[in-house]
Order: sequence, then structure tokens, then C-alpha cells
Amino acid sequence: MSDLNKLTIAAARDGLRKGDFTSLELTEACLSAIEGAGVLNAFVHNTPERARQMAAAADSRIAGGDAPAMCGIPLGIKDLFCTKDVPSQAASRILEGFLPQYESTVTQNLWDAGAVMLGKLSMDEFAMGSSNESACYGPVVNPWKVDDRQLTPGGSSGGSAAAVAADLCLAATGTDTGGSIRQPAAFTGTVGLKPTYGRVSRWGVIAFASSLDQAGPMTKSVRDAAIMLGAMASVDPRDSTSAERPVPDYEAALTGDIRGKRIGIPREYRMEGMSDEIDALWHQAAEMLRDAGAEVVDITLPHTKYALPAYYVIAPAEASSNLARYDGVRYGRRAKLGAGDGVVEMYEKTRAEGFGPEVQRRVMIGTYVLSAGFYDAYYNRARKVRALIKRDFDQVFADGIDAILTPATPSAAFGLGEMSGKDPVEMYLNDVFTVTVNLAGLPGISVPVGLDRQGLPLGMQLIGRPWDEGGLLNLAQSLESAAGFTAKPSRWW
Amino acid sequence: MAITEDEARKVAHLARIAVKDADLPALAQELNGILHFMEQLNEVDVEGVEPMTGVEPMRLKRRQDIVTDGEMQALILKNAPDAREGFFAVPKVVE
Repeated sequence: MSDLNKLTIAAARDGLRKGDFTSLELTEACLSAIEGAGVLNAFVHNTPERARQMAAAADSRIAGGDAPAMCGIPLGIKDLFCTKDVPSQAASRILEGFLPQYESTVTQNLWDAGAVMLGKLSMDEFAMGSSNESACYGPVVNPWKVDDRQLTPGGSSGGSAAAVAADLCLAATGTDTGGSIRQPAAFTGTVGLKPTYGRVSRWGVIAFASSLDQAGPMTKSVRDAAIMLGAMASVDPRDSTSAERPVPDYEAALTGDIRGKRIGIPREYRMEGMSDEIDALWHQAAEMLRDAGAEVVDITLPHTKYALPAYYVIAPAEASSNLARYDGVRYGRRAKLGAGDGVVEMYEKTRAEGFGPEVQRRVMIGTYVLSAGFYDAYYNRARKVRALIKRDFDQVFADGIDAILTPATPSAAFGLGEMSGKDPVEMYLNDVFTVTVNLAGLPGISVPVGLDRQGLPLGMQLIGRPWDEGGLLNLAQSLESAAGFTAKPSRWW
Repeated sequence: MAITEDEARKVAHLARIAVKDADLPALAQELNGILHFMEQLNEVDVEGVEPMTGVEPMRLKRRQDIVTDGEMQALILKNAPDAREGFFAVPKVVE
């Protein structure tokens, strides 16, 4: 059977169970798709032999008759997840050659459920970026193309988004610290879900900003996101912030009935200079939810404007602390030392050649805002503003709002190289609609809703109540089916 | 608050990242741009607001104070750029 790689998780699961095809056939279809898509630069460490072994094991389990939904499903894994004996280097030179001797909880959960690993996917270095151009492997190319430009798939989970959009895998893992799942999903016409902070274990996921990082699924449909989240999420004693809450059946929450749900439209998200196309699509999306029986209400989140500057204090502060471990001693790269170089020169040279410019910039900013004399002025102030941002959301949810609808990004995918040489702050603006969700620890999902005039996908974001991924996914599926987004990038690679 | 070249040198050293003297002016300028962006936070009235430390009000988990892990020296040293005789090796620290 051809084109098995184009299936959704749900369709593949059903086909595997019926015996229409095997996981080995499904896996081979993905492996040849990957082989033919080198120019996209999405997969950077391929594990075809392991994939075949895992697929064969899944096939016997499926034959046994009681396989879980993810059994036999071929996945791509973001390079930020530690996978035992498989390179896991956060797209950074400083982790060159690092072979983890343990498996992250999320990937272990997926393998326990029978999923198949195709390989590791590129990303922005240490998940810091919105264009995938800071990867040590070179930029990932968006499979969507409308003229002679090569476009960014977004970032930081750009490899994951490109791989899912180009049907190189059925789904992929992503991580989201300020929008790194939702923005690339929006840029590639795919679905990306960031769960509530604490829903998915951070153990074995290379840390960027520990109070904001959360892993989630990147998929071809909302149903797939529900299925895959169910397999990724767990209560994990190895992550002290993992919530002591049982994992519900998210797929069962997809009832299709959203009558009486109250959807908030935050007036502060209507940014100056926002494209009229995105504004129009936002209105249409609200109409679709209203037509499905939801009530659409104007709301206010007054501290929205301060989310980006607060984020760009807190995230670098946590990063400077987390990335202190890359010292050339325990793992990864160590710089060549000159005669007479001591341990400090070793640290300084290793980090100067191991970290790329954006990572260096953020580590230094973080070091500065945490240094004596500035801690209160920057870091503590940002944490207080963060409390106010969260309070805005608490208030809205206390007033009976079930979810909030916003655009996912301020624009469609831009060209590779278009942002280089610009002020770093301009790149940061990509996260304007998504960072608030990380600061408040909420679940958020990006759903493809339409194409812009150039023919590029645009996404809408739904933000849910804490721990209500089920309700959020149900609303997202309603939006997905009303929008009827079926466009795929036409193959040029 | 503006970062001078001298302060940029100090921050780079605190972060243990070698920066060439010639690159310090550009670095100081970049850091200043970002700090300027952060200064918007000064507009917010944060009087009486507690700094947020966690998303959910939860107590850190506790467990029995017993050894659950260990005896894996070889695995831990496996990725070291320089390991000798069961230790991580670094350039001479004490003269």
C-alpha cells in the first residue's frame, strides 16, 4: 500500500488493528519519505534500524490483540529529548557526540505504548528561537512554498512541524517554552498542543527555562493530539513539578458538542499593525464556534502587553542557570586548550565555541538580570508581573469563560534569512500571542484555520483552563471541522 | 541603566563565555537593546504583589530518605571529554 506515511494516527491505529497493513509497512513508508526529503533538513539523526525493530515488536503486540492506540505508530522526536544511546544534542555544538545513558520519561512512555522512533528532529539551539535558523545542523526548510523563497517552519520545534507537514512521520514530539510548539504548528498547517504546566514530565528533556518548559504533541489532526497527549502524559516521581493527577482519556472528551461553552476574545490581542487577514480569520473562527453553539464574549487581559518583556527576563534567567552545566567536564564538547590554560579558560573557551550567538546572548542577559544589584529591578519585578498576568487569566476563568480564542502568530511563515541582521527583539515579537500561556502555565493549542493570500497556512490559538486539555481539545476539534482545513504543501522537494 | 563595555566584559566573565575585546562594543549594544525592551516592566504597579514562583500552589513532593539510585560510575563517565581512573579530569586547578 502506498502513501501510508500520509495517514493520521487515528487512521493508522484503525488500519493496524484491522490488519489492513503492518507497522513495518507504515514505518518503511515513513523511512522512504524521510530519505526523499533531505533538503528539508528536518531529521538530523536517523534511527532506521531501531525503527524496524520497534515496528516488528509492535506488530506482534498488535497481533496479540490488546495494543494501545499509539502501538506501531512511527514518530519523530525533537532533539531536546534524551533518547538512550541516540544523539540528543539540542541542536547545539556543545552537546556534540553526547549519547544519553537514559531515556526521557515522555519518550519512554511512548515506547511503552508501542510507538516507533524514526529519528531525531532539528530545532532551534536549546529551543531558543522562532525560525529554526539557530540549529547547529543548519536551518530547517518549511515544506510550504509559494514562490522561489525558502520559508522557515518556525521554531523552536521547526523540525517537528516540517516533518509532520511533509508526512515524514505520523506525528512528532515538541516542546514549548514561549510558543515553540504552537508557532511552528501555525506556520506549517499542523496541530500543536502545549499542555498545562506539570501535565507532561520534564524528566530527561534538556532544560531551557524550567518554570515554563512543557512538552506536547505535534500532529496532523486534533484527534491525533488527544491520542498522543494521552500517551505522553503521566505522573512522574522523577519530576518534582509533575502533577499528581490521573491522566484522563482525552480522545473520549471529543464529543463534538460545544453548546453553551463561553469563548473569550481578549481585546488586548488586537495588536497594532496586525495583518487584516489574520484579523478577518480571527473573526471567522469566532463565528464558527458561535455557529457550533458556543457563546462568544469580549474579555480583557490587561497585562498582556507586559508578557513579552517579563518572559525575556524570566526565560533567560532560568536558562543562564540551567545552561551552567555545559562546562566541558561531564559531557559534550571541550575546547582545545592552549599551554597554561586553567579551568576557567576551559569553561570560557568551551562555552564560547559550543554555544551559538542567540544562546550566548540569552545566557548573558540572564546572568545580568540575576546579578547582584539587578535581581530586584529585573528578575523579581518580572516575576511579580508574571503573577499579575496569571491573575488576569484566573479572573477571566472565574467569570465563567471556558476558553480564549486568539491568533497563534502575528504573520504567516517568513523567508529564511529575512530576520537575520535585525534587532533580536524583532524575532521575539513572534511569540507575542503565545508567551502569556507559558507564563500562566495554561494549556494552549494551535489549529490550522485557513490560507492567506499567498497560499500559506494561518493558525488560531485556543487557550484553556488549567488541566482542561479535554475541553480544550473538544473546542479545537469543533473549530477544525468547521474550518475544514485540508490543504497540504505540494511536493517540491 | 545602560551597559558599558566594561560591564559587558564582566557579564561575559560571570557567564563563563570568552568574548574578544573587539566584540564587546557590539555585545554591549545588543544587551542594551534587550534591556531597553525590558524596561517597559517599570510601568506596571507591582506594589504588594508576591513574585510568582510556581504555576500551581503545590508543595514540593517528599519521599523516603533512602538511596534509590547509584552504582553507575561507568555510565556517568561515559560521555566525559576526559575521564581518568574513575574521575572527571580537568586542567590543573591548584598550583
